[in-house]
Amino acid sequence: MTDVLDAPATTPLGQPIKRTEDPRFITGKGRYLDDIKLQSMTHLAILRSPYAHANIRSIDTSKAASMPGVHAVFTGADIPYNPLPMAWPAGGSAGIKNNVSTPRVLATDSVKWTGEGVAAVVADTPEQAVDALEAIVVDWEPLPAVVDAEKAMEPGAPQLHEDAPNNVVFEWSVGDKAGTDAAIDAAEVVVKQRIVNQRLIPNPIETRGDIGWYNPGTDEYTVWMSSQTPHIQRLLLTAFVTGIPEHKVRCISPDVGGAFGTKIFCYADMALCMFASKAIGGRPVKWVEGRRENYQSTIHGRDHITYLEIAGKRDGEVTGLRVKTYANLGGRLSTIGPGIPTTLYARVLSGCYKIPNVYAEVTGVYTNTTFVDAYRGAGRPEATYVIERAMDLFAAEIGMDRAEVRRRNFIQPDQFPYENPSGLTTASGGAKIYIDSGDYEPAMDKALAAVDYAALAAQKADARDRGKLLGVGLSTYIEVCGVAPSKWIGAVGEGWGAAMWESANIRVHLTGKVVVTMGTQPQGQGHETTYAQVIADRLGVPMEDIIVQHSDTQGTPFGYGSYGSRTSSVGMTAAIKAADKVRDKARRYAAHMLEASPDDIEIDGAEYRVKGSPDRKKTIQEIAFALDLAFDAPEGMEPYLDETAYHDTPNCTWPFGTHIATVEIDEETGEVELVRYVAVDDVGNEINPLIVAGQLHGGIAQGVGQALWEGAVYSDDGQLLTGSMLDYALPKAARLPSFELDKTVTPSPVNPLGVKGVGEAGAIASTAAVANAVIDALGAYGIRHLDMPYTSQKVWAAIQAAKGGQA
Amino acid sequence: MIPATFEYQRASSLDDAIGALAGGDAKVIAGGMSLLTLMKLRLARPARLVDIGRLDELRRVGPTADGGFEVGALVTYAEAMESTSLDVARECMEQIGDVQVRNRGTIGGSIAHADPASDAPALALALDYSAVLRSSRGERVVPLDGFFKGAFVTDMAPDEILTSIRRGPLPSGARGSYQKMAHPASGYSIVGVCAVIASSGGSISHARVAITGVGEAPYRAKGVESALEGSDGSASAVAAAAAHATDGQTVASDIYADGAYRSKMAEVYTRRAIDAALGR
Repeated sequence: MTDVLDAPATTPLGQPIKRTEDPRFITGKGRYLDDIKLQSMTHLAILRSPYAHANIRSIDTSKAASMPGVHAVFTGADIPYNPLPMAWPAGGSAGIKNNVSTPRVLATDSVKWTGEGVAAVVADTPEQAVDALEAIVVDWEPLPAVVDAEKAMEPGAPQLHEDAPNNVVFEWSVGDKAGTDAAIDAAEVVVKQRIVNQRLIPNPIETRGDIGWYNPGTDEYTVWMSSQTPHIQRLLLTAFVTGIPEHKVRCISPDVGGAFGTKIFCYADMALCMFASKAIGGRPVKWVEGRRENYQSTIHGRDHITYLEIAGKRDGEVTGLRVKTYANLGGRLSTIGPGIPTTLYARVLSGCYKIPNVYAEVTGVYTNTTFVDAYRGAGRPEATYVIERAMDLFAAEIGMDRAEVRRRNFIQPDQFPYENPSGLTTASGGAKIYIDSGDYEPAMDKALAAVDYAALAAQKADARDRGKLLGVGLSTYIEVCGVAPSKWIGAVGEGWGAAMWESANIRVHLTGKVVVTMGTQPQGQGHETTYAQVIADRLGVPMEDIIVQHSDTQGTPFGYGSYGSRTSSVGMTAAIKAADKVRDKARRYAAHMLEASPDDIEIDGAEYRVKGSPDRKKTIQEIAFALDLAFDAPEGMEPYLDETAYHDTPNCTWPFGTHIATVEIDEETGEVELVRYVAVDDVGNEINPLIVAGQLHGGIAQGVGQALWEGAVYSDDGQLLTGSMLDYALPKAARLPSFELDKTVTPSPVNPLGVKGVGEAGAIASTAAVANAVIDALGAYGIRHLDMPYTSQKVWAAIQAAKGGQA
Repeated sequence: MIPATFEYQRASSLDDAIGALAGGDAKVIAGGMSLLTLMKLRLARPARLVDIGRLDELRRVGPTADGGFEVGALVTYAEAMESTSLDVARECMEQIGDVQVRNRGTIGGSIAHADPASDAPALALALDYSAVLRSSRGERVVPLDGFFKGAFVTDMAPDEILTSIRRGPLPSGARGSYQKMAHPASGYSIVGVCAVIASSGGSISHARVAITGVGEAPYRAKGVESALEGSDGSASAVAAAAAHATDGQTVASDIYADGAYRSKMAEVYTRRAIDAALGR
């Protein structure tokens, strides 16, 4: 357990300070979307398709429109807007064709998944709106459905979109095909395995929601949204969906109660609330997503079927990795759906290993399911699962210890910066994004020592005496954070064709109080604390004199938002740049006040001193007071300490570590218990170790959930069988052991803080660790692979089958 | 997650509640842990709710004059856990829901609601409880064995209110255990087995084995009980008896546990519950 400090030491940077936003969150004083109540506000409810695939013959809204409290009923025909944008088609140098179909604000002719919106009611109360939905009559023509990516590509499968033959969205590849084919053909050992990374439902505790308000007086819109990206949503909603000029729309994201990626995207309901407010004359329109609605209409994650081949020598050297993945993207495409299984997955498949030959093919597929997009880790958990399972399979095949195989293939400390063979290529000059820094063996050795790995055989024997199969699983993960250099992410056909710098503004007011605004957007990570720690350190002012404001396109500089563990490495670097501009101006004004040359002013925390004359000094508060009053500003110097900076990171950052899970399986029932979890993470320097630990704990739990319990299950006709928390099994604290965290510290060289990012690391690492532990335990029965989640029935059946009994 | 429109009536007395139910298309609500969920999903749409939550006469819990025990319908799991001296009762109830559910959910509500996978019915069946039912036609006492007719269906008439559950004294030396495989999402039982055993002179003289989560309703596994009674309670005798766990039952199936697996687990958990009751 990390020690907690209530008050900072000399500098708050790097200290385990309690999160300053938590008192309001945990005492019910947060202000989330549904807490916002506006004068004359109305409520919107959305009628969603009960069919996974159907044509809409007609919709009769007449009865609903006459129900009590109802102001309007809309169908797709009423909405003049464009379909939602596709911001990240699968690209690559060869100009890959993407067969794109994105949702309309309300469906017009057909629906492609259960839950696609087809009509909406606006009423005085949420109850009236929901009641009126039941009075809408839709004449449906149900069509055959398909929910599995491989089955969707088979001849005769139901076809979802006319312009997507065989339901293929795209076919994309990366790496050296000829070289990898040759390496695998020539290899001493080749192991093949089909593995499934099952579909997950992300489950932020706060579901999504919006309030649209059209102001007839100014012809402007304000849209409150539970979003990770208010600036991007303003851009997408105006320039791509509604055609309303961008400067006529203000987006506000209030306190956000978790997101995990689901709130990055542009959703139909955002535009719907804008449209509805104007249509009813300017009363605000609120929509709050129900939990079952969230399960059907907010994005899902993962859902890959992968065929992997790993090749190498009997001495443990891995020489080739060839992967074919079918990525289920749902019935229509979410905002950056195709980008996840391509750039963010296949380009990092080789993990932390110096595998010389890597080739991957990815086929994106439409099915009659909810759309799939970025969920905590977004491509990297899927890649980590593939490579970490592959390393175990290879080790088992050659009869070498799993840790030693990993050690044999690690990228070595002197090889950084390291360019991996399927790596990210930048737009200008073809330079690659490199792995910034790393030192993988110390983290693994720490973790191995913690679990007494050398005594594993004895631990297994002891468990067997108790009727339990014990297994230990390693995940020596690496991931890529800090998206992204604009020269890469903006590369045509590779990224999403946009820049991805970050911004911050710092103002030191006359009273010495500091206001920091930025373009990133917290959703529970504690940014108000960590930004304040960084700026307090840089400006020498107390944390309590700093307020961190965010989440409103009016009053914060444009930013791309928070996801991909990018806020600390990109956003806070912008804040540091802004602080340095403040310091520079303060130094120049201090020089004026002290009648010295700016070059002779040295800065020590809040004090600006004349070198050699320590008594001649001004504090930043005194400087701000004088400069803000500006009675005595020198010629050419503008009043006020108010500086804005933009930062485009030179490269991504690459956290890593070793996670080791220990499980015990009840042989008689198949029940799996996670009995121990050790994580040694290297996230570079830490701004706040307490927050780092919190992010790791949550991420680990989420990843364990995928391995042991979670999975979205559809019936063959496209009904979501895991449609609520009664059927979809989330990880629960009572079913988890206390996690044992340790660390190594390898600072990133690509940002001044030396940070790497931690928001997703836990979730990226833990799934593979637990999976490998379960398979290790089942090794007692000769089982070498089983797909997740490891429900008791599945494990029991595998044991029965291995025993030769009835499964 | 908004229920359909309903009327709400707070009962001021038991007779007031009984009178309200006589009007038809009404449901009694106590803790609301089960009914409100179904209403929010619009799977249940009663026209009226009769709230008995303030009827203190239904909160009594304690021993009866004959050495038995009575639990009023409004006694929560948390209250029952504090008032019982039976280890098996605590062992069962601490596996129900979470702290919030145990603080609001009532034993009477669970019995009357008759969810086929809830835990309290198995406990009450194994302890030979009867349901005390009141209506305008008077009071009747119905043994729980036979009370549960199917999923969410009981022997209660629509105008009856469950006021308590009541049992006689337990056989001397009776011990029990509740063993449960919880559904990973809902926490309800995939298999829940309550065994209550008493021995006399080296053989088992009293065996009650009740199972939830497996059949169309919670049930007494009488094939198991009869195989146990008179046996020596050895490991092999218990294993042989447990093989009857699902005799005569239509075994439930869902995406986490199909019928074949659930049947096998009913046998395993029955054996474990009996073994635990016997102190093994």
